[in-house]
Amino acid sequence: MSDRQPLSRDVQSARLSAAEYDENFSDLHAPLDWHEAKVEAERCYFCYDAPCMTACPTSIDIPLFIRQISADNPTGSAKTILNQNIMGGMCARVCPTETLCEEVCVREVAEGKPVKIGQLQRYATDHFMESKRPHPFTRKAETGKKVAIVGAGPAGMSCAHHLAREGHDVTVFEARNKPGGLNEFGIASYKSTENFAQREIEFLLEIGGIEIKTGQRLGEEIALDQLTSDYDAVFLGLGLKNTNRLNLEGENAPGCEDAIDYIAALRQAEDKSILSVGRNVVVIGGGMTAIDIAIQTKLLGAENVTICYRRGQDAMNASLYEQELAQTHGVKIMHWRQPNSIKLNEQGEVCGLEVETTSDASGKLSGTGEMQIIQADQIFKAIGQKFDSTLLSDHQVELEQGRIKVSDTRQTSHQKIWAGGDCIVGGEDLTVVAVEDGKIAAQHINSVLQG
Amino acid sequence: MADLTSNFLGISSPNPFWLASAPPTDKAYNVERAFEAGWGGVVWKTLGSEGPPVVNVNGPRYGAIYGHDRHLIGLNNIELITDRDLYVNLKEITEVKKRWPDRALIVSLMVPCDEESWKAILPLVEETGADGIELNFGCPHGMSERGMGAAVGQVPEYIQMVTEWCKKYYSKPVIVKLTPNITDVRYPARAAKAGGADAVSLINTINSIVEVDLDNFAPVPTIDGKGSHGGYCGPAVKPIAMNMVAEIARDVETAGLPISGIGGITTWRDAAEFISLGCGNVQVCTAAMTYGFKVVQEMITGLSDWMDEKGINSIDEFMGRAVPNVTDWKYLNLNYVTKAKINQDLCIECGRCHIACEDTSHQAITNMVDGKRHFEVIDEECVGCNLCVNVCPVDDCITMEPIAGMDPRTGKPIDPEYANWTTHPNNPSANTEAAE
Ligand SMILES: Cc1cc2nc3c(=O)[nH]c(=O)nc-3n(C[C@H](O)[C@H](O)[C@H](O)COP(=O)(O)OP(=O)(O)OC[C@H]3O[C@@H](n4cnc5c(N)ncnc54)[C@H](O)[C@@H]3O)c2cc1C
Ligand SMILES: Cc1cc2nc3c(=O)[nH]c(=O)nc-3n(C[C@H](O)[C@H](O)[C@H](O)COP(=O)(O)O)c2cc1C
Ligand code: SF4
Ligand code: SF4
Ligand code: SF4
Repeated sequence: MSDRQPLSRDVQSARLSAAEYDENFSDLHAPLDWHEAKVEAERCYFCYDAPCMTACPTSIDIPLFIRQISADNPTGSAKTILNQNIMGGMCARVCPTETLCEEVCVREVAEGKPVKIGQLQRYATDHFMESKRPHPFTRKAETGKKVAIVGAGPAGMSCAHHLAREGHDVTVFEARNKPGGLNEFGIASYKSTENFAQREIEFLLEIGGIEIKTGQRLGEEIALDQLTSDYDAVFLGLGLKNTNRLNLEGENAPGCEDAIDYIAALRQAEDKSILSVGRNVVVIGGGMTAIDIAIQTKLLGAENVTICYRRGQDAMNASLYEQELAQTHGVKIMHWRQPNSIKLNEQGEVCGLEVETTSDASGKLSGTGEMQIIQADQIFKAIGQKFDSTLLSDHQVELEQGRIKVSDTRQTSHQKIWAGGDCIVGGEDLTVVAVEDGKIAAQHINSVLQG
Repeated sequence: MADLTSNFLGISSPNPFWLASAPPTDKAYNVERAFEAGWGGVVWKTLGSEGPPVVNVNGPRYGAIYGHDRHLIGLNNIELITDRDLYVNLKEITEVKKRWPDRALIVSLMVPCDEESWKAILPLVEETGADGIELNFGCPHGMSERGMGAAVGQVPEYIQMVTEWCKKYYSKPVIVKLTPNITDVRYPARAAKAGGADAVSLINTINSIVEVDLDNFAPVPTIDGKGSHGGYCGPAVKPIAMNMVAEIARDVETAGLPISGIGGITTWRDAAEFISLGCGNVQVCTAAMTYGFKVVQEMITGLSDWMDEKGINSIDEFMGRAVPNVTDWKYLNLNYVTKAKINQDLCIECGRCHIACEDTSHQAITNMVDGKRHFEVIDEECVGCNLCVNVCPVDDCITMEPIAGMDPRTGKPIDPEYANWTTHPNNPSANTEAAE
């Protein structure tokens, strides 16, 4: 066949030394030490009606928690954070603060240097968790009410914690063998180091009244009907599933991979040297996942990593900061390129990607006909994920745009079912938004259950 | 370039920056390093009488308070006068003065409050060739319990008496160093003048506890579980020192008495402020103890550059220039009306002015206008207090603008003439004739 190219293919594991892997997959930002935190905290103006606080999806009282750090009370600071956002530790690591709180910090506006809110939040929450203090919240008297939560990601676990705090009994059903959702399987490894996702889950469970059942998949081991009859309320925090398809020939050939699956394997690999990575890697997409797979393959030792995105820089879902982070790691970002065909070698393996230049000059995105082949030992698909709507195929729960439709209180069309996180319509696909969804749903569930 | 030469009491020094009597001037080694760095003069660390020297604590002797980033803004100490032998000090003073004839060298003294003690030590000091003496009536701890230092400085009669002895047994200038630990600094200053003092210097350190250790519930510095009050100095004391200097400078009884300004002087600007309040020169301790002797280079160049810019040629030209403008509250013009004004181009919308005025002042700054975050002064409510200016984190963002015509707050016309409280109708003891 004419599109089988005689190009050599180079995919290998163990490209680096153990020391290099350690270095590459350590913390992206070293945590602040006490003095650094204090100096940074003192930069905060303790704004009135602070814009940062309004920008935080979980409404953390940022001026207060920062002031508590500067007044030598990191424990109180952590409580302020955790009271609004029980996953404040993870959010401190993964939130794109540059498009949330730090973007509107008055010092960003004034001098282009926001208070490092994320780093300070990490300082306080790390201090709290490392000092092994008793859990900051106490559970109210047991109500005898039972709530089922499906999905142990940030949405589900945040909901679980708030409900447990109110005295309800919570059972979390999780399909995988470990809780955490994308905190455990998706977030870039240099953002969540030292098993933080699991440590945070353990911390969260200290409240009591939460049982996690792993290996329980809705649609297989468990059924929604059963849950609605056995429990007083159900919360769905299912996240997303399938990565969208390219719909190109060769998509199933060795070397053409789903970025999400690869990242999950990477996150679970204690020894990163077992991961095979190409010398030339091409990533298709423009969001956080594209950036993360690009940087992490580079860190695994890939020589050339190129992101192809079909529109311009402004349209990328990844923030400017994330794009720059990729670039400083040596990732090349090509805008206005869409995949046209996958090139395979004699053995039927991926060896290149043909891309077509695009333009939106006509008001609609279209190919210009100009082609270019990029050498690729591996192609990663990172063009967005879909909600697995077959899970709710009995139509008990109304969908919209392929995701679950909810009210302001995160209640679905079914009176006993609430939902939140990536699986609901209009979500922003951010950890912190999932946490807030779980919290809002829990507040409503609680008010319904308390009658 | 401006002439920084100082001729305080006829003692010449290349600049008005002297090191105050304290650890930086404890011995020849330090003093010579200071002169090499450019200091105009020193007041040698306070000497006591002949005999076994005092002893200091062997635990920590300093405590501090900090601003941002451990920026030291206040220091407290429980150190005593020199703990070195009198004759060693006198020998070093003699030698240093010989080697550095162009620098001022003053000897600080503190001996028991009897004529004999003073009569005994003064000829020894005279022999050193030093330019003058400073009487330490200020040390607030350790020495005052022995009837010296602040114990003398708090009793005007003693000040006068000791000053008289010094003038009797010593031929060169006598400076009396005042303690701030009194209720009205004019009384000790008047006593010093009555005793024949050539000048006063102030302030010495302020009684203080800078910190309580909340683990041990004891003052810091803590010595074996206990702490004692110390003497406070550094940038934090400057406002207190300047007020005391101004009080003496504008007191009719002490008007014209030369003053050596001390207390928190850290930059050229601090020095210029003290001089404009009537000081002939300034003395520095904490700034040198925090940053080393090199700080004087900033002070010298800063003062000189500022004088050049202002067209001021000598220290004398601006000395005391601010004194006539220090007045009593009752003479302030009540017809001078100002309103705060926010420069919207500079405002970063932190909201601090709003909440300060809203919660603690006069509800005169908006936070929302037409549903948008916006900070604007409401002239109808603003009393012109300046609080918003003080809390705004942006330089020159809020200014106080004098207004004329109608005051929107009172709805009454503003009298363009000066009028003060002494003639105000609300003042029960007003001078009614003038109010007419
Ligand atoms: C590669 C990648 C990087 C990202 N990086 C960031 C970042 O840096 N910052 C940021 O804020 N956000 C980031 N995100 C987005 C963020 O991870 C998600 O928005 C967030 O995890 C959503 O939480 P969730 O609880 O809704 O879903 P998930 O985290 O996906 O959790 C869903 C859980 O439900 C379980 N589940 C699914 N189906 C079933 C079923 N049928 N039965 C039982 N259990 C089921 C899953 O196993 C999983 O544990 C990233 C996402 C990806 C993919
Ligand atoms: C450790 C220490 C010891 C001091 N010892 C003396 C002293 O022996 N004699 C004296 O007159 N003043 C003494 N002082 C007071 C200083 O001379 C000076 O008056 C005071 O510190 C205020 O100036 P500053 O703010 O520049 O430090 C001492 C100050 C300090 C910090
Ligand atoms: S906007 Fe910035 S300065 Fe203001 S409270 Fe928030 S972090 Fe502090
Ligand atoms: S000057 Fe005082 S009264 Fe006027 S706006 Fe400012 S704080 Fe308010
Ligand atoms: S304090 Fe200053 S910067 Fe802040 S809102 Fe007021 S005027 Fe603007």
